[in-house]
Amino acid sequence: MKEIFYCSIKELRKLLESKKITPTELIEIFKNRIENLDSKIKSFVRTNFERAFKEAQTKKEGKLAYIPFAVKDNICIKGEEITCCSKILKGFISPYDATVIERLKNEGAIIIGITNMDEFAFGSSTENSCYFPTHNPFDLERVPGGSSGGSAASVSAGFVPFALGSDTGGSIRQPASFCGVIGFKPTYGRVSRYGLIAFGSSLDQIGPITRTVQDCALILSIISGKDSKDSTSVEIEVPDFEEGLEKEIKGLKIGLPKEYFVAGIQEEVKEKVLEGVKILEKLGVSVKEISLPHTKYAIPAYYIVAPSEASSNLSRFDGVQYGLRKESADLAEMYEVTRADGFGLEAKRRILLGTFCLSSGFYEAYYLKGLKTRTLIKRDFESAFKEVSLIVTPTSPTPAFKIGEKIKDPLSMYLSDVFTVPVNLAGLPAISVPCGLSKENLPIGMQIIGPAFREDLILRLAFWFERETEFYKIRPRI
Amino acid sequence: MIDFEPVIGLEIHVQLKTKTKIFCSCLNEFTLEPNKNICPVCLGLPGVLPVLNKKAFRLALKAALALNCKINKNIVFDRKNYFYPDLPKNYQISEYFSPLGENGYLEIILKEDQIKKIRIKRIHLEEDAGKLIHTEKFSLIDYNRAGAPLIEIVTEPDIFSPDEAFKFLQQLKLLLQYLEVSDCDMEKGFLRCDANISVRKKGEAKLGVKTEIKNMNSFKAVKSALEYEFKRQVELLKENKEIIQETRLWDEAKQKTFSMRKKEEAHDYRYFPEPDLPVFTPQDEEIESIKSEIKELPLQKLLRFKSTFNLTLGEAEFLIQDREMAEFFEETAKNTSFVKDLYNLLKGPISEYLNQNKISFKQVKISSSNILKIIELKNKGKLNNIQVKEVLFGVLKENKSPEEIMREKGIEQISDESKLLQIVEDVMKRNLQACIDYKKGKKSAIMFLVGQVMKETRGKANPNLVREILERRLKNED
Repeated sequence: MKEIFYCSIKELRKLLESKKITPTELIEIFKNRIENLDSKIKSFVRTNFERAFKEAQTKKEGKLAYIPFAVKDNICIKGEEITCCSKILKGFISPYDATVIERLKNEGAIIIGITNMDEFAFGSSTENSCYFPTHNPFDLERVPGGSSGGSAASVSAGFVPFALGSDTGGSIRQPASFCGVIGFKPTYGRVSRYGLIAFGSSLDQIGPITRTVQDCALILSIISGKDSKDSTSVEIEVPDFEEGLEKEIKGLKIGLPKEYFVAGIQEEVKEKVLEGVKILEKLGVSVKEISLPHTKYAIPAYYIVAPSEASSNLSRFDGVQYGLRKESADLAEMYEVTRADGFGLEAKRRILLGTFCLSSGFYEAYYLKGLKTRTLIKRDFESAFKEVSLIVTPTSPTPAFKIGEKIKDPLSMYLSDVFTVPVNLAGLPAISVPCGLSKENLPIGMQIIGPAFREDLILRLAFWFERETEFYKIRPRI
Repeated sequence: MIDFEPVIGLEIHVQLKTKTKIFCSCLNEFTLEPNKNICPVCLGLPGVLPVLNKKAFRLALKAALALNCKINKNIVFDRKNYFYPDLPKNYQISEYFSPLGENGYLEIILKEDQIKKIRIKRIHLEEDAGKLIHTEKFSLIDYNRAGAPLIEIVTEPDIFSPDEAFKFLQQLKLLLQYLEVSDCDMEKGFLRCDANISVRKKGEAKLGVKTEIKNMNSFKAVKSALEYEFKRQVELLKENKEIIQETRLWDEAKQKTFSMRKKEEAHDYRYFPEPDLPVFTPQDEEIESIKSEIKELPLQKLLRFKSTFNLTLGEAEFLIQDREMAEFFEETAKNTSFVKDLYNLLKGPISEYLNQNKISFKQVKISSSNILKIIELKNKGKLNNIQVKEVLFGVLKENKSPEEIMREKGIEQISDESKLLQIVEDVMKRNLQACIDYKKGKKSAIMFLVGQVMKETRGKANPNLVREILERRLKNED
């Protein structure tokens, strides 16, 4: 029999429904795998098997009945400690479930652990965690990407069939590409953000990390939809994404933005993505070179808008109500020492950057400019989608880099999100699908970007690509 | 001697009368024990999002429309960032860049035939903070008020005396009560007012250096503080001393303003648009429907009452103070020619009753026909003033007809001369000195004798008749 821990959700449901395996046995299998191997990967910051076993013994119904999953440490789960992998939030027990958690629980899914991340999702390597770095299952000396590195690594390593991540500038797609799995960032407003500890409120989206496109479509169908608790979630019909996967793709026109295949991108990555494009052509898709002229302004605009919002979002971590508090003589000092001790280096860097950009006298020159640039980038995509149905790019300019390689050089770290960031600025949906391995046997990801609320189209193309290439069958050797 | 005048602008915070808070479903009540009406949203816990209370928005819009403001097409909220423990998120959701309403005015009446337009600079919607309770060793926070809906109303510097400020506040309060936008109870903190004041030589257009005064907890205190501050500034000018632009606190006990300790740094609130609340445009139909809810405003009512019922300014002012009373008055006055009697009953015994029982007019049950009946009985000589009050109190308390009350209490005016004659004789015999005084020309002595007869009859005698008899008898004795 096939390794159960690498089964898809659909396969696991079959095993459970035919009673070939009990829910408890299923949890046991994943528990054993995690206990045997996560000491090498370090994808989880907390596991709760006891609770998972209890859940496995209660009656569950729904599309995900008894399917275990992992959650990034920035999505609130009632009764669980949620810390964003930051010292400042240690000890915070959420009194409520995020909407996505509620929806997954309603379908019978069982949480088995909380995954590692860059502190407050600030980073692209999961090295900025207050706990420990996570290792890439394909090469333990390398990073899994970030910030949802723990989630991507746990799915890649067969610890869970799916995990939740969050994506502000590429935090789902980039680690998915580094770990050889599927990562989806939905249209802004498609999935409720209620319960996601905010980083950049106008950019953040929760999304699934899975091993197959079909599983991705399933999870996305469940977590999508208007939520009365999130005013930015959009009232728009949610199609059954799974159902639409097999629809014909012949005749679709895809665009290759020339700005995404230039200097800075590793030759191998470019080759693999273009090979992927060839495969798509073979499937009947036509290809066209397009231009997204404002691409080069995406990273600067992002590093104004995102830290500005973050600086405000993170001001609530002050030692007053919850989390870390350093006792001091007076209030101002308490704020200072608590935040000095509680936040890591990258968090401080972004708080300072954002606070500066919003300061009176600088607001117009930075934040407002950032917003204007954002509009231009959005328009680039809008006009591109008049010509093509979908856009294909590399997910990241390089495969996974070595732990420690970029951590001292924030700028080079920021640039690893150069292809994912524009998508967040424009609020669009995008997926990362594996498109082969590098010479060093590291996964490479291909990004498919769609127009707003056309997740169905992205998933369909990804599904056909996956069926043709079967890259998802490549497993890391841990 | 140079004549100076103060130039005053006011900033008023008013708590809106909604069932729930502005961004969550907690009850908008805080007379309860501390931290009862709280939830993750108003506590600003990690991951929560605000959802605008439609009712709060409608009330704010209603106030803006009634204050003749131009309504902004796009409703945008902003974050005002500052650290303080009563502010759970360390930012306040407010409207900074584009307030709900701008460039309005309120017409106020200063004296007979003098109406003045005070321009309203802006009116915006925002959330309230919690409350700090300081003990000797530590401080406690009550978050019941956190997230209560507020409107802030800012006037232009159009007010030229403390008394005008007082009148403006009174009439603004009445307007907001009429609109049912707020209870405006200052004691409960439902209405708070800060004032800006500068002085200039009369006739000059240029404004002087202003100070801001805070911490006034009644309209009277606002007036006193402005009077004090006016004098203080004039004295400084006369002595050629500099007026410092600063915030000063009113000390009610000392009846003085004091400079607030200078803050170490100027506040930079780092305003930026709130990404968690989408921009929206109120529909024309919605604005029209709110406009149609705005009935006759206090000033219009006042002027109409004055002319329709031939009342003095003071009388009309009294009647419109309480909208329910004004409506009752109008309803009743239509059916009687004794409008003055009606006014006197409302101003006299009915107000006394309301004050004694600390209730408002709408809490008592009295019908037009009952009050007209009492007026009729009085005018027919069946009730004297004392009895009128007794019957009226009975009617107000027990919701019975005047006749029933009279029957139950045995109230009846003795207007039968034959019954009174003997009593008058007895009183005269027992009070010879008063009779002599009267005859000697001390006309007021007769009132003493009337009083004695009233006492003898336990208030039942018709005092006019008694006086008549007395006058006749005293004359006859010559």
